[in-house]
Amino acid sequence: MKILVAVKRVVDYNVKVRVKADGTGVDIANVKMSMNPFDEIAVEEAVRLKEKGVASEIVAVSCGVAQCQETLRTAMAIGADRGILVETGDELQPLAVAKLLKALVEQEKPALVILGKQAIDDDCNQTGQMLAALLGRPQGTFASKVEVEDGRVRVTREVDGGLETVSLATPAVVTTDLRLNEPRYVTLPNIMKAKKKPLAVLKPADLGVDVAPRLETLSVREPSGRKAGVKVADVAALVDKLKNEAKVI
Amino acid sequence: MSTYTAPMKDMQFVLHELAGLDAIARLPGYGDVSTELVDAVLEGAATFSGEVWGPLNKVGDQQGLKRHDDGRVTTPKGFVEAYAKFVESGWNGLRFDPAFGGQGLPKLVDTAVMEMWNASNMAFSMAPLLTQGAIEAVFLRGSDAQKQRYLHKMVSGEWTGTMNLTEPQAGSDLGLIRSKATPEGDHYRIQGQKIFISFGEHDLTDNIVHLVLARTPTAPEGVKGISLFLVPKFLVNDDGSLGERNDVRCVSIEHKMGIHASPTAVLAFGDGPGAIGYLIGEENRGLEYMFIMMNEARFGVGVQGLGVAELAYQQALAHAKDRVQGKDATAPKGPSVPIIRHPDVRRMLMSMKSRVEAMRALAYVVAAMFDQAHRASDDAERNAAHAGVDLLIPILKGWCTETGVEVASTGIQIHGGMGFIEETGAAQHLRDARITTIYEGTTGIQANDLIGRKVLRDGGRSMQALLSQIDAVCEQLEAGDDAQLHAIGARLREGSKSLADSVRWILATGMQDLNAVLAGAVPFLHLCGVVCGGWQMGRAALAAQRKLAAGDGDAAFYRAKVATARFFADQDLSRARGLAEATMHAGASTMALAEEQF
Repeated sequence: MKILVAVKRVVDYNVKVRVKADGTGVDIANVKMSMNPFDEIAVEEAVRLKEKGVASEIVAVSCGVAQCQETLRTAMAIGADRGILVETGDELQPLAVAKLLKALVEQEKPALVILGKQAIDDDCNQTGQMLAALLGRPQGTFASKVEVEDGRVRVTREVDGGLETVSLATPAVVTTDLRLNEPRYVTLPNIMKAKKKPLAVLKPADLGVDVAPRLETLSVREPSGRKAGVKVADVAALVDKLKNEAKVI
Repeated sequence: MSTYTAPMKDMQFVLHELAGLDAIARLPGYGDVSTELVDAVLEGAATFSGEVWGPLNKVGDQQGLKRHDDGRVTTPKGFVEAYAKFVESGWNGLRFDPAFGGQGLPKLVDTAVMEMWNASNMAFSMAPLLTQGAIEAVFLRGSDAQKQRYLHKMVSGEWTGTMNLTEPQAGSDLGLIRSKATPEGDHYRIQGQKIFISFGEHDLTDNIVHLVLARTPTAPEGVKGISLFLVPKFLVNDDGSLGERNDVRCVSIEHKMGIHASPTAVLAFGDGPGAIGYLIGEENRGLEYMFIMMNEARFGVGVQGLGVAELAYQQALAHAKDRVQGKDATAPKGPSVPIIRHPDVRRMLMSMKSRVEAMRALAYVVAAMFDQAHRASDDAERNAAHAGVDLLIPILKGWCTETGVEVASTGIQIHGGMGFIEETGAAQHLRDARITTIYEGTTGIQANDLIGRKVLRDGGRSMQALLSQIDAVCEQLEAGDDAQLHAIGARLREGSKSLADSVRWILATGMQDLNAVLAGAVPFLHLCGVVCGGWQMGRAALAAQRKLAAGDGDAAFYRAKVATARFFADQDLSRARGLAEATMHAGASTMALAEEQF
């Protein structure tokens, strides 16, 4: 079976992001960018399925600026067979990405699409769900275990209060949670091989998708700093504050 | 706990702006090397060094090694698994011939990656360092059969290599080697004892390929009678499988000041019937073969000095930002502040940072010269690069290791009393760095090599070529109307003059009074080091200023680069005149006392 994996280029998780002075967004100039860690787990899972003989081909897809090619090369160094970049300098919101991926799924016809459950930059947690809805196919989100058997995908999901296991007909959309796997270290020979793997570059128009943002960002602000604590006189005062001020009990 | 993060920004800057990665990538045979590829390789190595090697640095220092009664040596917890990952990830073969499973990348790229291994875990990095030296020897002088039998597994790192030179009576003077090699059919029987054998015995791999210097029965006395032998720990069958255990045993390991996780073995060859060894190349040419690798080995140790200094800087910087102590001198009524606000702490941090950056620049530039010396299509270019490497190696080795020790010591100073406490981890860097000024030729030996072979013997020609390159940078610094660049240029000009004066004096004095010249050899080496460091920081400032003028890239980084170059010029390069005086006047007193007066 063919697997399509979506990877997003985001600000590296080690970088302390700063909001732009004009409040229009975060400053990503001269900042280290990497593959979204949830997507790395998605690629790793696809590669493991290939190593088990379940998957036959892995196609990595990224949507965004030209530098996303580096992210695709990383995916190919982990083990994806080829890459597709849908190149655009425009702002991409989850719905636009889901539409682009839908168009690619219709072209590529993978049995499984694996995505990170969310990207660590906007934390939207929407693309996978939207993609499944647009395709009209089953979805297994927040996966901590993925097994393929008899043309179906068993996905163990991390839900509030425990684990839920669902069985999906293919083609299906799976989004990854942190505990699904621990991505491998890329090996030097695979880094070298990755640069020789095919990488196709398309434009949103080639897929007939209008990526214009549907949401407007009004302003971006730093979270307010942590407020100083107070000393309470006794347990009764603490309980009172928790009940009436914090309203947590 | 000290963690290591590869300084990617500075590495990239030096690779592209100072060492000319683009030009190196265009050399014949490096066709596939693109900027994107190098970025990906460095990213991969940065992750590996930070997540796999780094966390084991302190563990290795604290646990050290254990030698068992049967001669086995076990490495600290986690090392076997980490080394297996290292092999699996293919890092060991980075610069070696693809015919033996390597990736054939330039030495320049290898150097940046080696810096990461050294910085994240210097003790551990001794394993690949020694293996690479052994690979080089077999590759250059081994027979085709030897290459086929041993190189694949050495390039992959499945087997490690060692260099067996030193014996108890033969340290820096290898002419005194006594180990014997007796011919027996297609091989030799080796007998003798070798000491200070790094990774001479360990549990990381199932075989170790020892390269051993020994004398055949008919060999002449002294350095002209030494041959090089390949002595595997386990003999290797024709099908590549491991055969009998060879007659070489680890009789003890040393208790050392630093690099506790690097086993320094005493090896006994031939306690039984004699260890089976295979001659590499021709008899009596062993030392000559060793000298081919000498530049590489000395370069590698210079990069260790750089690596440890970087790690010491990272740890000291984290402490200086975190430790709150005392008031801001200009706001005595204000709150207590992190010590990084105090000018003297800032001075120490800048001295660490500027020296690390100067060392990195010089090391990568020399690495690029190695690549040019091997690969340039033009004879003149190759020869010039060769001469440059020969001249700069003792400077790089001597200066980067001495400076590495100083930087690690400054790191302790920034920690105050906590720095003297082992748990803090700052002391480990100084203890680890301390060996680098000693092995692969002490600083004194580097300085003698510099003066004897690299200045006197060639009549100062290589030095003249270097000085004219430095002067060209002075001119560029002085050319525009940038005050910072002018200030750096003036210091570099003064440094270059001081160096030129010293070289003239050495050439004039060396023939009549060799002792006077040698007495000043180490100050001369330091002089060469600061001037070369200043030369590279001058180039760095020019490149950064160009980027700033073009509005290209990370302005904050480039402004910091100019300020750092200025600091180096004012604080280190300004010492050039004093070092020149020390060089030229050492003879007046150093040898004045009779031996009995000591």
